[in-house]
Amino acid sequence: MSPYFVWALSLALFLLIAAMACALFRLLKGPAAQDRVLALDCMYTIGMLTMLVLGIMYSSTDYFEAALLIALFGCISSTAMAKFLLRGEVIE
Amino acid sequence: MNEVLIPLWAQAVVGALVIIGALITLLGSLGLLRLKSYFERVHSPSIIATLGCWCIMHATVLFFSVMEQRLALHALLIAVFISVTVPITTIFLMRAALFRARRTGQNVPPAVSRVVSSDPADNVENRY
Repeated sequence: MSPYFVWALSLALFLLIAAMACALFRLLKGPAAQDRVLALDCMYTIGMLTMLVLGIMYSSTDYFEAALLIALFGCISSTAMAKFLLRGEVIE
Repeated sequence: MNEVLIPLWAQAVVGALVIIGALITLLGSLGLLRLKSYFERVHSPSIIATLGCWCIMHATVLFFSVMEQRLALHALLIAVFISVTVPITTIFLMRAALFRARRTGQNVPPAVSRVVSSDPADNVENRY
């Protein structure tokens, strides 16, 4: 591995962490509940991308399953919370 | 870190794709932070789920294909899954936000389903 490659991956990880910090700030600040759900959905996606970059960094396919699970649960939980905001209950 | 050797051109392309994807992710997240109203903000994370996700997915596919000397398309599964599910979540969230905005009497467009539907059971006030 060239040192520039490792440097590029570290920079990408730093940028992803900065993006997650922005989303976290919106999650804590967000005026309404739907802002917080949107920020959490965004954080799920960023976390999944971080997992993929870590998988490249450590040359391991094990991170792929974690990324897939994060994508799956992120979608389901965001839909459930949107349903809750819409109706006041998740399963009618 | 494992010492896996892949050619220099592959390292350059993977590094560039990962950095572009991360920059686009930061852009979308900054939009989530900076935009004024909720209905502007809800568009901003879509760029993470489309361009950012696809850039990093292509980097993953290229890296593992070169490293394992075979076509490693497993990361494509995540990108396809994300591109299917994120619009559904966004539409649900937008409908919930519209519903709540109508409930609190903000200035948003009226519900269409009341006008279109001829079924009396659908004529519920403030239906989304």
